[in-house]
Amino acid sequence: MYVVIVGGGKVGLNLSRELIRTGQEVTLIEQERRAYLRIEQELEHSVQYGDGTELWVLERAGIQRADLVVAVTGDDEDNILICQVAKDKYLCQRIIARCNNPRNLQHFQLLGIQPAVSATDLILNLIEHEVPGHGIVHLLDLPDDKLEIIEVEVADNAPAAGRKVADLGLPEGSLVISVLPPGQAGFVPKQSTVIESGSEVLVVLDPGLEPEIMAQFAPGGNEP
Amino acid sequence: MMVLVVGAGRVGAAVAKSALAEGHEVSVLDEDPLSHERLDAGQETSWEDAGGRFTVGTAIELDALLAAGIEEADIFIAATRGDNTNILVAQIAQKRFGVEDVIVRVLDPARSDWYSEQGLNTICAVKLGVTLFESAIDRIARR
Repeated sequence: MYVVIVGGGKVGLNLSRELIRTGQEVTLIEQERRAYLRIEQELEHSVQYGDGTELWVLERAGIQRADLVVAVTGDDEDNILICQVAKDKYLCQRIIARCNNPRNLQHFQLLGIQPAVSATDLILNLIEHEVPGHGIVHLLDLPDDKLEIIEVEVADNAPAAGRKVADLGLPEGSLVISVLPPGQAGFVPKQSTVIESGSEVLVVLDPGLEPEIMAQFAPGGNEP
Repeated sequence: MMVLVVGAGRVGAAVAKSALAEGHEVSVLDEDPLSHERLDAGQETSWEDAGGRFTVGTAIELDALLAAGIEEADIFIAATRGDNTNILVAQIAQKRFGVEDVIVRVLDPARSDWYSEQGLNTICAVKLGVTLFESAIDRIARR
């Protein structure tokens, strides 16, 4: 596999090292001269000097034959542009973008740049898992397939507390797929299963239904 | 027409001023509060007294674009000093906010050509400058 990586910071350099170690062909592009010279000591011909948002630099790196283009600079505008031309101009099959500021994720989505990986979001998700009662946890987000799985703790005052699954006022396009009572293993509920407060429930839903789901299980809970 | 100019550098500020003088409604967005001085320079009244709007904010932040009035904009001009910022914010204006006429400053001729093929109205000062130099050399050589 031939991989072009733009951005020789910590992410780009370590990624290059690992891929080269596993026998992949890699070209790393770094635009800062001193950083480039330092990396060149180690990666030799696998690193090239230049601004990876300039088309001739990408072409010199052989983007036309790349199986994968990874844009991991510290600049979201640059990462978006690199992936956009990789995809639309050079018809690269696979791209991966780094999103530095989670608030910019919506721009990646708007322009169809995915997957966009946000380290901040990854860590936030882990923290949400560790902190109980935080409200909603996104376990799976597949915007392309219009599918989400969330985990939510049932609050004492929730309309769902003490109710049977069959009687839950859940919107169409959502389904409780697992119930985890406190300290016990989870199970797939039946229509007659009573949801106790303090349990955690896993719900599969169409994107956008979170507010209605939250109203049933954790009214007043905060959506991060 | 309501013209929104993002980036109050030399180009952005000059375009904003002349659009205002032409009688358009003009709003300017720049992340540097001091860039406002460029809008006042050489004018008899302040930018606001002349009817202009100025918002401090980052180009690709939706809140900043909304505060600068992107929803009412008829013409969107991306004129920050960053090519990639301009190309991104222009597409946000086009695709998210549905602004019909978007004009983008792109210094790099290659990126300018490619994005113009993709439907952005790009203006490349470098290409223009190179052409002017070429014809100047040509004129001198023929003398």
